[in-house]
Amino acid sequence: MRFLPTEEHRGFAASLDRLLTAADVPTVARAWASGDVAPGRKLWSRLVDQGVTALLLAEEDGGAGATMVDATIAFEQLGRHLVPGPWIESAAYLPVLGVPLDPEQMTTVAVPPLTPYAVDAQVADRVLVVTGDAVHTGVVGAALASIDTTRTLHEVTPDGAPVTHTGDPAKALDAAVLACSAQLLGLGERMLHEAVGYVKQRRQFGREIGSYQAIKHALADVRIGLDFARPLIAGAAVGFDGPERTRDCAAAKVGAAEAADRAMRTALQVHGAIGYTAELDLSLALLKTRALVGAWGNPTHHRGVVLARLEAPCTSA
Amino acid sequence: MDLDLTPDEVAFRDEARDWLARHVPATPLPSMDTEAGFRAHQEWEAQLSQAHWSVVSWPTEFGGRESSLTEWVLFEEEYYRAGAPGRVSQNGIFLLAPIIFEHGTPEQQRRFLPSMGSGERIWAQAWSEPEAGSDLASLSSTATRDEDRGGWVLNGQKTWSSRAAYAHWGFGLFRSDPTAARHAGLTYFLFPLDAAGVTVRPIPQLDGEAGFAELFFDNVFVPDADVLGAPGDGWRVAMSTAGNERGLSLRSPGRFCAAADRLVELHRTSDVGRAEHAGRVADAWIKARAYQLYTWGTVSQLVDGGDIGAAGSVNKVFWSELDVALHETALDLLGPAGEVESGWTDGYLFSLSGPIYAGTNEIQRNIIAERILGLPREPKGERR
Repeated sequence: MRFLPTEEHRGFAASLDRLLTAADVPTVARAWASGDVAPGRKLWSRLVDQGVTALLLAEEDGGAGATMVDATIAFEQLGRHLVPGPWIESAAYLPVLGVPLDPEQMTTVAVPPLTPYAVDAQVADRVLVVTGDAVHTGVVGAALASIDTTRTLHEVTPDGAPVTHTGDPAKALDAAVLACSAQLLGLGERMLHEAVGYVKQRRQFGREIGSYQAIKHALADVRIGLDFARPLIAGAAVGFDGPERTRDCAAAKVGAAEAADRAMRTALQVHGAIGYTAELDLSLALLKTRALVGAWGNPTHHRGVVLARLEAPCTSA
Repeated sequence: MDLDLTPDEVAFRDEARDWLARHVPATPLPSMDTEAGFRAHQEWEAQLSQAHWSVVSWPTEFGGRESSLTEWVLFEEEYYRAGAPGRVSQNGIFLLAPIIFEHGTPEQQRRFLPSMGSGERIWAQAWSEPEAGSDLASLSSTATRDEDRGGWVLNGQKTWSSRAAYAHWGFGLFRSDPTAARHAGLTYFLFPLDAAGVTVRPIPQLDGEAGFAELFFDNVFVPDADVLGAPGDGWRVAMSTAGNERGLSLRSPGRFCAAADRLVELHRTSDVGRAEHAGRVADAWIKARAYQLYTWGTVSQLVDGGDIGAAGSVNKVFWSELDVALHETALDLLGPAGEVESGWTDGYLFSLSGPIYAGTNEIQRNIIAERILGLPREPKGERR
């Protein structure tokens, strides 16, 4: 038993963190939101070079043969750095579904009823629709603006041309749920970091506002929420090939969504009015958090999934 | 990264599970905060001890098995899973023993540990005072040097002293140097509760039973042999990490899972409010699971040579709030029957103490904010 990230895991996280820190992702994300997707495509290619889209591809399909633990580490960094694009679709859902994929390509997918719209279909190289066990190429319809300006949602209809797949759609859905959870964890960590930085320098009534208990206790609660969401994600990743996969991925989404939502509300609150501006990069994180809380099944949905699956007691090991 | 046990660990766990399945009383023991219940819990401790399950991580010479940290935690998990009785000896074996191992003399270890591990001598803690609760370092009970008799004379008052109504010995801090600054000048004493000059006044808790007591000290003599650590070094001794890690921060990973499973079962078989409470039931179970996984992460860190540090505060706030929420949900699910005395009402009343004892959750949040998040310390008020 060693329920901690290994040196390799930490190294992988650190290398993605360095790459993304240097890439000025907020600027890339703002361009993406305004329709200039070139910087975002460039960043996509750099992450493809790091193997992010190949993590969950089977080795015979040109994949890295990595584990779900590696994938959640990557998704936490994607979340933390506000990286735009259909990552959950291209790097989690579709690889596990076993659709023949070119790791270089940006692919998006709609999986009604839980995920009725294909995100970023206007940029994607390929658009798919999954209904039940059937996968089809999708015909892109109307675009809808998301609350997260870096996501554009598209109606899609199956065009009739079936696409082969070797994986289980239920397992692919769980992979998407878990990837989304890890992204939310990363977003939560980012927002907490920004909030802590702000309250240490902002002074009112002659003191840093971070010295007031009202602020301290709110931020401590954010820390607690994130610290207990993390093991739910790691546990679901470790047990991804086990019998409780769906239950554990759903639990991870509930924990991560709740923790990220608390981080979001608290980060906004302690920033005051400046937090409510589009100008501050915090806004990108706030809006993405709200979008991802609801994406791939909201917490209410996943609480239902957990409860429905609670047959066995939660004994470890 | 994994959650796998070694074959040896599996064997240890199975042995514990098997023994507990055969020996855990079929009906719950009476409350350990009643005289009869206290004795019944002591008898249970004796039974555990005879089978070498009472203090598995201790050296064999003191009644243990020299189990690894992982094995100890596995035992704790099996213990909760089996629904075994609460540990009437827990102040001793979880809070005091690690400090005696770290700071006690070999003579003190030989004298105090065996009867502690066997449950023959039960220990009560004596930390808080009427004017020193969260601000423990402001305590004012005194220890005065008595050179003639080779020891110290204790005076003052302690309160909220858990188990003291029926326990045999106590441990706590007294101010041995009135001229020293707050944290300095404190000494850690061990003393019999039937010593001349000690008065124990039991205090009924919310459930009406005397789970804690006030202690009055009127010229109580304590020989040098019963001072733990060096005189004046009491604060450091009391705050040593071992005591906090094993006693307060690190407990059974599965300690809320059994209650969460019972809550799920209650919800499944409930006639009323199923849909209304479904989300809270799921949340309680998810949080119990999160606690379990988090704790295995902590065990892994300790095995790696790390320490818990201020993360113990993160843990404490989380589990104490989870425990209240879990029991509140059960009482709400029970509807009008929720007020009828039951295991759920007992558990609920006990859970209400969680956010208060062992450092209130407000103090814990201050620690998280200052030591983990690095926020500025709040200006303190006038000191004692």
